[in-house]
Amino acid sequence: MKPLTHIHSRTVVLPHENIDTDRIIPARFLTTTERTGLGKSLFNDWRYRADGTPDPDFALNKPEARGCEILVAGRNFGCGSSREHAPWALLDFGIRAVLSSEIADIFRGNALKNGLLAVVLSESEHAYLLAHPGIELTIDVAGGFIELPDGGRFTFELESFARHCLLSGVDQLGFIMQNASAIDAFEQKREAA
Amino acid sequence: MSSGKTLLDKIWDAHVVRPESETTPAILYIDLHLVHEVTSPQAFSELRARGLNVRRPERTLSTFDHSTPTLPADAKGQRAYVTAEAASQVAQLETNTKEFGVELHGWDSAHRGIVHVIGPELGATQPGMTIVCGDSHTSTHGAFGALAFGIGTTEVGHVLATQCLLQRKPKSFAINVHGKLQPGVTAKDLVLHIIGTIGVNGGTGYVLEYRGDTIDALSMEERMTVCNMSIEAGARAGLIAPDAKTFEYLKGRNRSPQGAAWDHAIAAWSALKSDRDAHFDRDVNIDASKIHPSITYGTHPGMVTTLDALVPAAANAQERRALDYMQVQAGKSMLGTPVDIVFLGSCTNSRLSDLRAAADLLRGHHVASRVRMLVVPGSEQIKRDAEKEGLHETFRNAGAEWREAGCSMCLGMNGDIGKPGQLVVSTSNRNFEGRQGPGVRTVLASPLVAVASAIAGQIADPRELMAEAAA
Repeated sequence: MKPLTHIHSRTVVLPHENIDTDRIIPARFLTTTERTGLGKSLFNDWRYRADGTPDPDFALNKPEARGCEILVAGRNFGCGSSREHAPWALLDFGIRAVLSSEIADIFRGNALKNGLLAVVLSESEHAYLLAHPGIELTIDVAGGFIELPDGGRFTFELESFARHCLLSGVDQLGFIMQNASAIDAFEQKREAA
Repeated sequence: MSSGKTLLDKIWDAHVVRPESETTPAILYIDLHLVHEVTSPQAFSELRARGLNVRRPERTLSTFDHSTPTLPADAKGQRAYVTAEAASQVAQLETNTKEFGVELHGWDSAHRGIVHVIGPELGATQPGMTIVCGDSHTSTHGAFGALAFGIGTTEVGHVLATQCLLQRKPKSFAINVHGKLQPGVTAKDLVLHIIGTIGVNGGTGYVLEYRGDTIDALSMEERMTVCNMSIEAGARAGLIAPDAKTFEYLKGRNRSPQGAAWDHAIAAWSALKSDRDAHFDRDVNIDASKIHPSITYGTHPGMVTTLDALVPAAANAQERRALDYMQVQAGKSMLGTPVDIVFLGSCTNSRLSDLRAAADLLRGHHVASRVRMLVVPGSEQIKRDAEKEGLHETFRNAGAEWREAGCSMCLGMNGDIGKPGQLVVSTSNRNFEGRQGPGVRTVLASPLVAVASAIAGQIADPRELMAEAAA
């Protein structure tokens, strides 16, 4: 995982509440055995019309959304399944941060493990961002704040280990494996009991 | 002030390899890892790339269920996969499990089936365990007093390689349920009611513990239905303390302890309950006697009402959009809505007791001509058991399709889907937009409501049929 310290981008807004993982990437695209190439199927049934052409009214299809790395989404983003294909698809599309007033547990864990910043803001800050699509933000991962164009700041909480992993690109599997002797000892103690 | 421990505390504490600190999560030991074809291939690839083995193959159990066809193989043994990629995903699991020495319940196994159905069926799911799977409905196994939750593919790799996960301890939420369920009201109606009460995000950050005399009175299969849908309230896990019913269910199963080990296990499992003075971070009280047969009317499981109530007015733009998508009108009843497909199956409601209840109601009736009804047993074993009782004949004689085990229309990955605009009464767990095919409208309900609706060709109340049968 590449270190993630700052994100500087305009926002794209999907104000809908409860955007579930089936909306993010429908199940029929999960037969892949790779992590890559899912960006084209992101929000598939929302993004494309029945004839396969992009729906010009969908926020991510608008010209001003091109290159946006920050998705501001309605409350309870990522609810539903545990498919890691959801953050993989967002990242492959070019999204590097998801901001909401609430984010589902499994999605958030999966996102952070892949270097997709997923953070929760207060209701009022969230409402402000929903009302200002396309606003230019700078996210400072180490500082735990988002800087607005007028210099204002929204702070966010991020679990300390997740923050450390994002900033330093920590390999979490490697981290667990450093504790191999503790795992051995745990197993031995349990089997002796 | 010290207080007693919750069931969550007890299971958590018994599995901490390294405690959490301000800077690092706990390293939590995992007793059982369930693996299926969709969320594991990239994890096995990661192990291969790093030159790692599966640390404890005997604590790993795999099957395929999501991408699998539910039509039987043809005369040449060919199966009707929806795409070549789906076939290749299943083949990949066969290769991976062989290479890494993991037990696979494949096409030739009497126990292939939905991963959350076969865990309990094999006795692999046991009280006090930590259980994970790359699947959010892993919460099902909490019915046995196991801490069971869904994980992503990166974490599947972590567990394969280390048998451990990095976790912060979740908060505890007591769902106290009292009172007797009325006739025609099932565990499905109960859990839909709970989700409607606490909301689709009410459980985010929590493990739900279902408690009270209503829960005590549920069978193991009913408890699995309840715990299964914990994730639809945002909770990664649901828990029910094990009791005599749990032990009775597990006795003599393939992976259950035998002989002296069984007696030892019962003694240990009997201590697995929240202490009287345990503190929960949150709690809610539910009066089960007031619950009526329930049904969803919107595009998430929290948009739920009862059959005898009217669809509530939309509270916001999202709910208006949901009602439009569902072609449902506020202030009207869901009863009488024309139905195109009825799906009886999924890790929520595909067990033998579900099939029996459905067949009992269907016997002597016929599925309406406008309705296609799919019955998909949860596992090969359930299919065989049901056929021994002749349930398949009841379904077929009524005009329903009797299929091979799998997830099928619950998520439509295998091509079992509806057409745009069709309405499905489904015993599954998610009514998200497009979940059962683009533009398909899903209504979640119990097997009883599903059967009554299949017969009537429109959403119908099973209590009328039940009264008719009793008369």
